[in-house]
Amino acid sequence: MKSKVDFSATVENEMVLSLPSLSVNEGMARAAVSAFCAQLNPTAVEIADIKCAVSEAVTNCIVHAYRGEIGEIVIGVKLCEGRLIQIEIKDKGCGIPDVKKAREPLYTTDAENERSGMGFTVMENFCDDLRVRSRVGKGTTVTLLKRLHK
Amino acid sequence: MIRNGGQVVYETKGDTLVVRVGGEIDHHSAVAVRVGIDEKISAERPGRVLLELSRVDFMDSSGLGLIMGRYALVQKYGGNFAVLDPSVAVLKIIRLAGMERMITILKTKEKKDA
Repeated sequence: MKSKVDFSATVENEMVLSLPSLSVNEGMARAAVSAFCAQLNPTAVEIADIKCAVSEAVTNCIVHAYRGEIGEIVIGVKLCEGRLIQIEIKDKGCGIPDVKKAREPLYTTDAENERSGMGFTVMENFCDDLRVRSRVGKGTTVTLLKRLHK
Repeated sequence: MIRNGGQVVYETKGDTLVVRVGGEIDHHSAVAVRVGIDEKISAERPGRVLLELSRVDFMDSSGLGLIMGRYALVQKYGGNFAVLDPSVAVLKIIRLAGMERMITILKTKEKKDA
C-alpha cells in the first residue's frame, strides 16, 4: 500500500497547457508533461510512468468526457518541494456519475470500442496518489501525484 | 520509428501470421492499427497469430484493448494467439492487468523485465 502524499506542497515551478480534445493530441500531452518534468532528472521508469498516467487521463477526457465532441483539456503541472510532481488534467465534459465505480478495475462504459476499463487502475499504480473530482454536466478534474526518487 | 502512431509490418510463415507493431500504442494510434490487423486476419484466417511487440516504446491501456480484441477475434474462428517478445513498457502494463493469465506470452529474446 502506497503512502499518501501531500496535495499542498510548496510549488517551485509550474506550467499550464490547453489542448482541444483531439486524439492526435494524446501523444503531445504526455510528451509535453514529461519534457517539463525532465528538469527534475527523473529516472526512465519514472518518466514512463508519468507519460502513461497522463495518457490515460487525457484519453478519458477525449473518449468519455467529451464523447467525440471537441472541448478544452487543461493540463497543469506543478513541480513541488521534495521532488513531488502534481499533474492536474481538467475537462468541462459530461462528468462521472459514480467515481467509485469508474475507478474499479475493468469497469468501462465503452467496451464495444475495446476500452479495457484499466485507465484509473494504471493511473493509481503508476503514481503515488490520485484524486478525482467530478460533477455531472460540469466536468472532471483528475490530479496525479508522483514523488520522484531522492 | 513512427511517433504517436503504430507502425505495423506483417510476415507470414506457413500457417503463422506475425504482426510486428512498433512505435507508440495509445487510443489515437490503436484505431488504425486495429483496423489494419483485423482486415489481414479476417482475409487470411491464419492458424496462429503472433503479435510481436518488442519495438513498442510506449503503450497505455488502449494497448490492452488492442491485444484482448485480437485475441478474441482469433479465438472466435479457432486459431491460436500469442504476444511475442513484449517490450518492457508493454510487459509492465500487461502484468498490471493480469493479462498474462489469459494470453500466452512468448519470448525469443533475452530481456530484462520491468
